[in-house]
Amino acid sequence: MPLLLLTFVTPFVGAVIIAAIPSAHRNAIRMVAASVATITLALAIYIFLSYDYRTGGFQFQERYPWLENLGIAFQLGVDGISAPMVLLTGIVIFTGVLVSWYVDYRTKDFFILLFTLVTGVIGVFISLDLFFLFFFYELAVLPMYLLIGVWGSTRKEYGAMKLVIYLTAGSVLVWIGILALYIAPEAKTFDLLRLGQMTFSPDFQRLFFPFFLLGFGVLAGLWPFHTWSPDGHVAAPTAVSMLHAGVLMKLGAYGIIRVGVSILPYGATVWMPVLVLLATVNVLYGAFSAMAQRDLKFVIGYSSISHMGYVLMGFGTLSVVGVSGAVLQMFSHGVMTALFFALVGMIYDRAHTREISAFGGLAHRMGLVSVFFVVAGLTSLGLPGLSGFVAELLIFIGTFQTYPIIGVLAIIGAAVTAVYILRLLATVFFGPFNTRWENLRDGSRVELFAAAVLVGVLVYVGVYPTLFVNIISSGVGPLLERVAGVG
Amino acid sequence: MNYWLFFPELLLVGLAFLLLIADLFLPTSRKHYLAFLGALSLAGVAAAALTLRGEKVSLFSGMFLVDDYALFFKFFFPALGVLVLLASVEYAKKRLTHTGEYYGLILISVLAMMLMTAAGELLTAYISLELLSFSLYIMAAYERDNPKSSEAGLKYILLGAFSSALLLYGISLIYGLAGTTSFEGIGRLVQGGNGPALFLGLALIIAGLGFKLAVVPFHMWAPDVYEGSPLPVTAYLSVASKAAGFALLLRLFATAFAPLMVDWQGVLAGVAAVTMTVGNLVAIQQRNIKRLLAYSAIGQAGYLLLGVVVLSPQAADAILFHLAGYAASNLAAFVAIIAYFNQTGHEDIPDYAGLAERAPFVALTLSIALFSLAGLPFFAGFTTKFYLFLAAAQGGFLWLAALAVLNSLISLYYYLLIVKEMYISPPPPQAGRLPVSILLHGVLGVLLIAVFLIGIYPSPLLTLIQAATRPLFF
Repeated sequence: MPLLLLTFVTPFVGAVIIAAIPSAHRNAIRMVAASVATITLALAIYIFLSYDYRTGGFQFQERYPWLENLGIAFQLGVDGISAPMVLLTGIVIFTGVLVSWYVDYRTKDFFILLFTLVTGVIGVFISLDLFFLFFFYELAVLPMYLLIGVWGSTRKEYGAMKLVIYLTAGSVLVWIGILALYIAPEAKTFDLLRLGQMTFSPDFQRLFFPFFLLGFGVLAGLWPFHTWSPDGHVAAPTAVSMLHAGVLMKLGAYGIIRVGVSILPYGATVWMPVLVLLATVNVLYGAFSAMAQRDLKFVIGYSSISHMGYVLMGFGTLSVVGVSGAVLQMFSHGVMTALFFALVGMIYDRAHTREISAFGGLAHRMGLVSVFFVVAGLTSLGLPGLSGFVAELLIFIGTFQTYPIIGVLAIIGAAVTAVYILRLLATVFFGPFNTRWENLRDGSRVELFAAAVLVGVLVYVGVYPTLFVNIISSGVGPLLERVAGVG
Repeated sequence: MNYWLFFPELLLVGLAFLLLIADLFLPTSRKHYLAFLGALSLAGVAAAALTLRGEKVSLFSGMFLVDDYALFFKFFFPALGVLVLLASVEYAKKRLTHTGEYYGLILISVLAMMLMTAAGELLTAYISLELLSFSLYIMAAYERDNPKSSEAGLKYILLGAFSSALLLYGISLIYGLAGTTSFEGIGRLVQGGNGPALFLGLALIIAGLGFKLAVVPFHMWAPDVYEGSPLPVTAYLSVASKAAGFALLLRLFATAFAPLMVDWQGVLAGVAAVTMTVGNLVAIQQRNIKRLLAYSAIGQAGYLLLGVVVLSPQAADAILFHLAGYAASNLAAFVAIIAYFNQTGHEDIPDYAGLAERAPFVALTLSIALFSLAGLPFFAGFTTKFYLFLAAAQGGFLWLAALAVLNSLISLYYYLLIVKEMYISPPPPQAGRLPVSILLHGVLGVLLIAVFLIGIYPSPLLTLIQAATRPLFF
């Protein structure tokens, strides 16, 4: 069974079906959206669970000819790095559709764009052909603009345009890198598997690795190209923020690993110290900025910058522990930040403000939302037993082995995270009750179910990370052996 | 000599005159029948061209070539002609007089473009180019009561005449040296080496064609002419005449001047760089959608020049491929604009506010067309640009390809400004839904399918194109 093709086509078919439903039938649209998201999630879970980490390598491979004379084929496959990412996408779109249940303004267009976005995202994670990887990578940008511009809030047009310009500027670099790669005497193919075995000349690698590093880095929120991200998060509607911070930023990180490191391993060894430095700035700068924010969504936005910094730092170590931790952090942060944005969305829908100082004692009225928020917060600051702890621990170990000083700074970052998260929890949910919120209601059943799913995943990974770590290291291992071979 | 090989052209001449005669007997209220008659004629011509597959001969002592390259355009231009004819019907009914001749001129200009691509020597090429230009001069000025249209026609004919003079002077110099105007003969002369007269002749030819193609610094006429001309004519100008110019340029450079082109690579690369950058940067400033698309078309000409600079077989494929993608996308954009203009008479970008609610399909097509022009995936533009830039990079012009990619980013910005108006800005108060005719919806649908097909399943088209460019290099 063409499992990957099916996973990729499902959201696309969903978008087409929704396009065919008259826009007045909102409930029909929602039902279709929910079913499509459920099928996508089911397929993603199936792929993740049936991935055999003992064999490793790329599994479920499929190949469809496209432009043979250029060496382009629609080639699919997942390994230990992409399998968790596909699962993450499934989880986030499933919960994203649920929390968007009450989108009433142009519901039809909203879901069409949402599923187009997901098609692109899944396409990137399962493509084993550089052309198609880039194709889907670019595809993800376009729906974002409209999703933020039409359904967003707070300076939405500015946020949307800024996001598009930054991301496209990043992909300009990637595009140039791909062109250069193709015309290098060795290549003449877009097949990632074959490119991943070739050895490009050291000068070439040193010159062109930054194109991939910075190009994809923009989407990963790499400092100093991160400023689109908080603005974009804040402007976006809830489900889009979830997908955006939860999955889209991971596309960038994934691109660095899948394209940059695996094709240009020597370039990676040359440039990784720079990445580690920038990532450290990410971690600290993101954390301190988050501390200074007054808008709930901005806090989460900057905390994403900080957490993506850990991901990039883990990559920078180029050690199995560090990189595995980074990939796990991609997954963990994706789920966690989706949960954060879902909850902030619930609060904003009811209170119509996100000003932190306006709240107080929300736990009295929104009991379950508060509980879930606390779980997300604790994951964020790395409490043992939740997924964030495992991921960050691995990253810290990896960093201490290679860059001890940076390791210390990374832990300081974690401490700052604890400060702003705990302070946020204290002001918003606990403390004296602000009577202005007398009539506030808890989340609806659908919304709370979505949040509960996300919390469940966080706890599961935190308590039993073995499966994830096994699968991830089966993908990271061969990659780093290649890097070690040239370094 | 086998006149059957010349049959599609003869047929088109006959049908064009038939159409003009039929015009005499039709009452004004039924003139639109002529558009359908014209569309049928062009379809017939393309069908007649089917019989020429695989031929490779020259007629009239080398003046007229029958090969797969010319054949490709015997389908390409009639197809464009049909779409423009059908897109013109409603516009012509509302805003043009003497519509019969208008449709006749479209047929004649298609003939001219077919001849241009089949020309085997400079004078035939020149005469077909003039036939095309004269048809277009008249069409640009067709809205007699609109001073802007008259201004457009006048500007176009003055600068057109000037550029024709340059071209002709260049041709005369080349003839003086080679003693022949055939591409083959010139090719032999050029083998013998370079000289100041040859250099000047080629420079003048490049400048003359540069005017026709609106590449910087010969582009000044384009925005004014595009703005003043009736909308379907602007669409036609921006797509068909540009394609014909590049088709001629490609054959001329690849067969006659190929050995010299190495010396010209640097200059042409500079022209390409300046053309795309100026086109895209100035487009940002525009308020009028026709002017915006005029500058965007200049930018696109810059991308196409990349292929001319490299002039490898792959680059030639890439030029035709991008031309096809650009034609589908740009025409889709213009037809959407025509649909909007027919109902409202507005052509400024802020007027498009809320179009997504007033005419959803038109707004969708326009957005997709613009995204395609910007080079976003799923649509023709991404695939064709990728192919084109790849060919440029392989020809040793990575820096130019990089600049082109950067320019695509700039273009995305101003295209998004239009999309923003349509989807994000609210419609003006009391603005209801806009009625759009079934015919226009049909044309938009066809173009949309083309944009998608080229974008995601390009291999059939590329196979055709590869067959078409083979005669240029062997």
